[in-house]
Amino acid sequence: MSDKHAQYKSKYTLDRQIPGAFEGETITRRRFMTVTANAAGAVAAGAFVLPALGFAIGPIFKNITHRWETVGTVDQFPDNNYVPVILTLVPGLGEAGKTTVYMRKFNPAIDVDRYDRGTPYIAITTKCSHVGCPVRWIPAAERFVCPCHGGVYDLLGRVVSGPPVRPLDRFYTRVVGEYVQVGSRFSVNSELKRFSPRFSGEPLDGIGQYAYPSRPDARK
Amino acid sequence: MPKLPAPPIPSALKGPPPRPGEDNGNAPGPAEHAGNAGISVVDWVDERTSLSGAARWLMFRKVPKGTNWYYTLGSATLFAFLSQAVTGVFLAMYYRPDASGGAYESIRYVTNDVFLGQFVRGMHKWGASVMVVLVFLHMGRTFFFGAYKYPRELNWVIGVVLLVLTLVMGFTGYLLPFDQRAYWATIVGVQINSTGPLIGPYLSDFLLGGSEFNATTLTRFYAIHMLIVPGLLAALIGAHLYLVTKLGTTAPPWTKVEKRSELREAEV
Repeated sequence: MSDKHAQYKSKYTLDRQIPGAFEGETITRRRFMTVTANAAGAVAAGAFVLPALGFAIGPIFKNITHRWETVGTVDQFPDNNYVPVILTLVPGLGEAGKTTVYMRKFNPAIDVDRYDRGTPYIAITTKCSHVGCPVRWIPAAERFVCPCHGGVYDLLGRVVSGPPVRPLDRFYTRVVGEYVQVGSRFSVNSELKRFSPRFSGEPLDGIGQYAYPSRPDARK
Repeated sequence: MPKLPAPPIPSALKGPPPRPGEDNGNAPGPAEHAGNAGISVVDWVDERTSLSGAARWLMFRKVPKGTNWYYTLGSATLFAFLSQAVTGVFLAMYYRPDASGGAYESIRYVTNDVFLGQFVRGMHKWGASVMVVLVFLHMGRTFFFGAYKYPRELNWVIGVVLLVLTLVMGFTGYLLPFDQRAYWATIVGVQINSTGPLIGPYLSDFLLGGSEFNATTLTRFYAIHMLIVPGLLAALIGAHLYLVTKLGTTAPPWTKVEKRSELREAEV
């Protein structure tokens, strides 16, 4: 707003001969009212915009509860072939919340990578690391094959050919008594080094792990 | 407006002329009364709103010589949007955004059991594709006729935003039937979003409402599809039309500038 009394150097309204000004008053009433009305409007708008935004964005920062789900007994899984089990990723969603996971017993002859040591069972997701289509294990070829865009993975879930950018994700496993339990998902890079879970299509080699940050709460 | 003379009627068919003081045949009939009532209602509203000026400004515009059928693609897109809005509202009367089976069941009910349900759902489903096609044709017309140039750049920008919002409508609406195709298409679409560096993972997280496809994903898509984006679309279409009215349409690029005859003579 243009101030008619701007030609006066002093910031005191009394010095600038504004009628009714008080001694020591530094802001005109018109300006004070403008600022106050705008501030009140901003507070009123913020009172509904901020909670609504937080409501919509909040789930990003929600803590994931780590669940362990029993999927079978210890003698149910061979160490040279995968057995599909149904895992509930999201409870209370019916079929849409379930996923298939391929399970195999740890085999020291195959799983020679140092990151796999101490894992009782290997649990590999069926979610393709390209754009998330469901892959299928072909035992005769010892390959995971994706029907959508032709991604192929080997026995350990590493990319053999096609568009996928990183190996198939895995799940933590543990043995409780004689039962095998499956826990949270984690992602691996091409050397099977473990990372916190990522979405499909996000590479983890080189700069990938920094270009595609994981959920804040999922970081180890 | 001058009235045409009445057709001649043989005098044998004419009744006797009315006596003085009687109805002389020129008294207003019911149709004229109804017409006058309508005019006075419009006048009453116009006197209090001055809307007639705005309506004249919007509707009675000069269009350049050479305006042709390609100029109707924008209106066609608008009517595709209106069709989507109307059929969408009626589908919402039956739809249940319930991820544990209710969504699919409600769509099955609309398709199989509701009178004209399959027809209205079909209009919405196929109309979505029609709208996307029309948007692109409209965009192509604007591009090839050079109608995006000064002073219409802002209208082009608004149009591009409208294009993106239309595609967002297509993406979010695809999940709502909640069958296998919808589910997997959404998984793939969300994962494609996540391949954008830095912001991609957060965008996917926002769309899914969590780290995995969950119960709120469907309701989220439903809210985006029927509340957020339609509101934005309607508002931006209003701005788009305002600018079209304000700036006028362009002549086709092949139109020659007509020189006035006296100028032509001066050149010779």
